[in-house]
Order: sequence, then C-alpha cells, then structure tokens
Amino acid sequence: MHIVVCIKQVPDSAQIRVHPVTNTIMRQGVPAIVNPYDLYSLEEALRLKDKYGGRVTVLSMGPPQAEAALRKAISFGADDAILVTDRVFAGSDTLATSYALASAIRQIQKDMPVDMVFAGKQTIDGDTAQVGPGIAKRLDMQLLTYVSSIPALDMENREITVERRAEGGVQVLRTKLPCLVTVLEGNNEMRFATMANMFRAARYPLKVWDKDGAGIEDITKTGLKGSPTIVSKVFAPTAKTVKAEIIDTESNQPKDLAVTLLAKMFTQHPQLQREIGKSAN
Amino acid sequence: MSDANETSQAPKKPAGRRKFELDPALAAYKGVWVFIEHERGKVHTVSWELLGEGRKLADKLGVELAGVVLGTPGDMSRSFCAEAFRHGADLCYLMEDELLKDYRNEPFTKGLTDLVNRYQPEILLLGATTQGRDLAGSVATTLQTGLTADCTELAIDPENRSLAATRPTFGGSLLCTIVTLNYRPQMATVRPRVMAMPERDESRSGRIVEHPLGIVEASIITKVLEFIPDNLQDKPQLAFADIIVAGGRGLKKPENFHLIWELAKVLGAEVGATRPLVQDGWVEADRQVGQSGKTVRPKLYIAAGISGAVQHRVGMEASDVIIAINSDPNAPIFDFATYGIVGNAMTILPALTEAFRQHLATAKLAG
Ligand SMILES: Cc1cc2nc3c(=O)[nH]c(=O)nc-3n(C[C@H](O)[C@H](O)[C@H](O)COP(=O)(O)OP(=O)(O)OC[C@H]3O[C@@H](n4cnc5c(N)ncnc54)[C@H](O)[C@@H]3O)c2cc1C
Ligand SMILES: Nc1ncnc2c1ncn2[C@@H]1O[C@H](COP(=O)(O)O)[C@@H](O)[C@H]1O
Repeated sequence: MHIVVCIKQVPDSAQIRVHPVTNTIMRQGVPAIVNPYDLYSLEEALRLKDKYGGRVTVLSMGPPQAEAALRKAISFGADDAILVTDRVFAGSDTLATSYALASAIRQIQKDMPVDMVFAGKQTIDGDTAQVGPGIAKRLDMQLLTYVSSIPALDMENREITVERRAEGGVQVLRTKLPCLVTVLEGNNEMRFATMANMFRAARYPLKVWDKDGAGIEDITKTGLKGSPTIVSKVFAPTAKTVKAEIIDTESNQPKDLAVTLLAKMFTQHPQLQREIGKSAN
Repeated sequence: MSDANETSQAPKKPAGRRKFELDPALAAYKGVWVFIEHERGKVHTVSWELLGEGRKLADKLGVELAGVVLGTPGDMSRSFCAEAFRHGADLCYLMEDELLKDYRNEPFTKGLTDLVNRYQPEILLLGATTQGRDLAGSVATTLQTGLTADCTELAIDPENRSLAATRPTFGGSLLCTIVTLNYRPQMATVRPRVMAMPERDESRSGRIVEHPLGIVEASIITKVLEFIPDNLQDKPQLAFADIIVAGGRGLKKPENFHLIWELAKVLGAEVGATRPLVQDGWVEADRQVGQSGKTVRPKLYIAAGISGAVQHRVGMEASDVIIAINSDPNAPIFDFATYGIVGNAMTILPALTEAFRQHLATAKLAG
C-alpha cells in the first residue's frame, strides 16, 4: 500500500504579531512549523502502514525552506519526501495549489501506484479546507473529509470503511481505493521520532521537483495567473467607536457594582428582563 | 485566497480599484444562489442565514435570489423550498432523486455542478460546515472557479458588480477582502451564526425549477452504511443560546471556573470559554468561542477574565449586550463590550450571581 501525505509548512500563527501602525505582519522570528492538522493525517497514515505494510510518501509545495517540514515528517517515520518548489507557483490560491499537487501526485504514481492521499483538515494559514477536495476531484479519487476513524481497510477488495464527522452525527461510509482522506483532529497524537528516524531524516536525499519535475502541463494554471481569487485588500479589524460603559460606584464594592450594572442594563435594554426570566425558568 | 507560498506577501495585483471587462460569456451568469443544506430531514440554519445575506446581495445587483435543494422526491424537499421562500428566496432549483437521500460528495457535486452549468448563477453561497466545505471545494474545482472560505462579510463592489468577500487571515489578526474577477460563479462559504437570521415571512412564496440528477446508484462508488446521530443532550448548544457566561485565563485556576457555572445556572445560560482554557482541559472543546471554536450571537454575553483577543472577539462580537469583567482597565475587551467592570472576577462573579438571583426572585414575586 502506498499513501501520499500532503503537508504544508506554515508560520506558527500563535506567534504572529501585526505591526500596530503599519498593519503589516511581523514575521521575523516567527518559527515555521508543520501545519498542525497535517500531523493528524500523517499519524493516521503511519498507523495504516504499521498495520498493513507499504510506504508513506510526504509531499509539500512551498519555498525551499519547506524542506525542514519534510525532514520532520521523515523523522516521524515517513519513507520518502518530495518538495515541489518553483517560482511559477508563487501566489497560488487553492485552485492553483491543488493543480500543482495533483500533478506532482501523478508523477509519483509513475514510480509507484498511489492507493490513498491524505491531507490535513485545513491549514492554519490558508485555513480554507479546500486543497484536499481539490486534489481529489483532479485525480478523480473518492473524497472522504473530516474522517475520525478508519475501522476497516480491505486491501484485497480495495475497500475502505471510514467514520466521518457530519453535521449532527457521524456518517459511516464505505468506498473504493484510490481515495483522498482528510483527518479530523483529536483522534490520534503524533508519535515521537525515534533516534534512528532522526538520523535518517538528517541524511535523507530529499527529492526536489521544479515545475517540470512535477509534470506541470499548463503553466497558466499555476501561481497567481492560475488563481481565480485575488486579494484586493488586507486591513485590520476596525475598532468599534463606542467603548464599554465602565460601571463605577463610590465604594467599588463588588455588590454595589453588580447592583448598579443590573439597574443600568435593565433600563437601557428592557428586553433582557424578559430574556433572563425566560431562560432562568 | 492567496494560499500556498505567498499568503504572507502584500497583494501583487491590487484589484480593488482596477477596471476590468467581464468576459461576455461570463456576463450571462445572473442571480444569487444559496445551497440549502440538510441532513436527516432538517435544514441547517446556516442556509437561512445565508438567504438573509443573499437577499441583500441580490437586491443590490437587481437579480433574483434562489435556493438550491438537492433531496429525495416528495414532500420534504418541497417543504424545504417553501421554507426557503419564507426566508427570502424568489425561486428554488429542485433536484429530486432517491440517490440524494444522504449527503455524499459524488452525487451532490454532480448535481450542483450540473445546475450551475445549466442555469448560470453569478454568486453561489454555501455554509462552512462539514457538508458545505466538502461540497464547495469539490464544486469549485470541477467548475474551475474561485472559492473564498469562511467569509465574515459579503458585499458587492459598486464599480464592477463583483462579490467582495472578507475573511480573517493570518490567524485572525487581519482581515482580507477577496474578489473573483473573471470566473463565474463567484463562490463563498460562511460559518453558522456569522450572519443574522432573517425575518421569516409566512406570506412569501416562489417558483420551483426542477432538474433531474441523471445518474444511477451503480455509478456512485461511495455508500453510506450508517448514520450515528449525536446525543444532543450531551452536547453544549452554544450557537443558539440566548445567554452565555464565558470565562478566560483571568480566572487563574480551574477551581475558579465553578464561578462561571454558578452564574450560568442562575441565568439558565450556556457556558463558554476561551481557547487556552479548552487547551488546558478546563472545559470541553464544544464550549470554545471564537475563530477556531463556535460563533455565537446571544442576547447577553458575560465575559470574565477574558482579554478580548481578536480570535475570541470574532466569535462573539455579534452579541446584543456584552458585559466584560477584567482587572486590566486597558484590556481590549473594553473596546467593544457594552458594559465593563474593572475588577477581580473572583469577587465580581459571586456578587453578580447574587444580584441576578435577587432580581429574579423579585421579578417572580411581582408576577
Ligand atoms: C489561529 C488562532 C486561532 C485562535 N482561536 C481562538 C478561539 O477560537 N477562541 C479563543 O478564545 N481564542 C483563540 N485564539 C487565542 C487568542 O489569540 C487568545 O490567546 C485567547 O483568546 C486569550 O484567552 P484569554 O482571554 O482567556 O487569556 P488572556 O489573553 O491571557 O487574558 C486573560 C485576561 O484576564 C484578565 N485578568 C487577569 N486576572 C484577572 C482577574 N483576577 N479578574 C479579572 N480579569 C483578570 C487579564 O487582564 C487579561 O485581560 C486563537 C489564536 C490563534 C493564533
Ligand atoms: N502547499 C501545500 N503543500 C502540500 N500540501 C498542502 C499545501 N497546501 C495545502 N495542502 C494540503 O491541503 C490541506 C488543506 O489546506 P487548506 O485548503 O489551505 O486549508 C492541508 O492540510 C495540506 O494537507
């Protein structure tokens, strides 16, 4: 069995700061990490490999530095890693990204058939959850999003059963390989890297593909040119003009503050009286 | 949105003020569509919220607003159309087939794609739910058009009639506006509760346009074996709560969180929390309010020990009245709360609980 896991290197958004005056992103010193959601899908792929054998290839499109994310994945136990990097991909939106990744996966297929592609639920920078479904459509694979568990995999009949998060419940689906799976967070945890894999990761001869290596046929479908969506402006959320009315009393005793607040609130928002009476009953 | 490599860079092709000529073939695309999402016989409320928003867009463009219903033949699908009219739709595209009983990517993608190609809407909106995102990503790729996820604001650019879709970016610290110029339809998803629920108008009706799905079960590879409904009793229902009491890191210790529960109990309110508390396991993930949690719109939101970070703010700022309790007079939450108390949450919360208890007791006596 051969699984390709798509991973993306992202800035650790918890550490991103916006310059208060210029409203630009201050990226200096913001560490790049593997998109956290991709680790859930990598772990799930590694578990399938543990159970059924086979290979796991990690694939990323990004700048040359994204190499670090791929080596990280090798240290967790992935077998092969491919970095797709070329200036033509700069400015890709999700449609152009899924085009490039699907094309790279076709190239991978030439060496070894791909049974499953795994993608993260979403990225923490793009945050769209669109690239996975996009790849599935382009490769004509069955799409299984928000998968919480994979109770059965029958390699003989090439059938997979998954539980998928739906609105208001869990759908149990059965489908055929090849398929694309996006994995829900919180159902597994990334294993620790073993010493042996860390050594392997450091020495691993990464495959780096440019547009030709990735088999890009139509260059107009990549990068900014191949992206239907255009960012027309970036701005900071506007501050509300009315600030909170600060409740002040002479004594500033909690009890006085609470009573004053209630009196004020019920005068200015009489409808809340009813609302609170209703809920409390 | 500019994803992959260059998310971080300033836009290279500012499109806002640029004049452009829409391809004549695309100018034929007219009308605003909302995909009516349903599961187990119930329409997801996000669809009605989207109809409310779609109505405004359609009126601005001077075009019709349509609901799109894919479902089984019979009364249920027709009742969904009727409800769509009451929530503002002028017409509904209805695709009825037994194969559309449960949501599955393949037949729904085919159905919605066919409808778009046949009737050519300029805007197509879906809920940013597990179903809507699964479908939207597939349909946009099949149609080779632009899709903007998780929008918080939708508007029409007066200059070129295109959809200006605004969404948070960079982990929510900034917003960006995204347009899809020479592609149709312009697609966007919006999370539940981000848009207001429109007024329901019993007297409204509309026309139904039917279209066949035209495939057979044998051609669909994925089968639904089972649907295990969530046990709703076990799950917090924040999205539709009228009153929410929420706590943040200012509560200092998990033991102090009971102060939130006590106030909530007196008010009959739901309990919410900020992300750090969820991550530290004080409360379950379903109680997280904010960008990566739930969006809520209660009539009253009480925030104790919450700084008001933008990622929390986007999930609750649509609340009618916000009471903030924070020991720091400069906490950002005071910039958008209705009422603020500067003080220690550990002493204010019990006082507030007592004040509400007394208020309710008096109100009851008064009848
Ligand atoms: C990609 C991303 C997504 C995120 N999504 C979410 C999300 O969905 N929801 C969310 O909530 N956060 C989210 N966050 C985190 C968010 O940025 C903030 O870190 C978080 O909201 C802060 O939580 P807090 O207000 O509880 O803690 P803090 O920011 O630490 O604030 C604690 C506040 O308590 C006050 N305080 C201290 N002592 C007392 C006292 N005795 N009495 C009263 N007040 C006191 C302090 O003055 C301070 O203002 C996200 C972040 C990122 C990067
Ligand atoms: N540049 C990329 N390289 C590899 N995988 C990607 C890339 N962008 C997105 N993905 C995959 O697609 C998923 C969804 O991304 P997004 O649509 O940006 O939320 C991610 O979790 C990754 O698995």
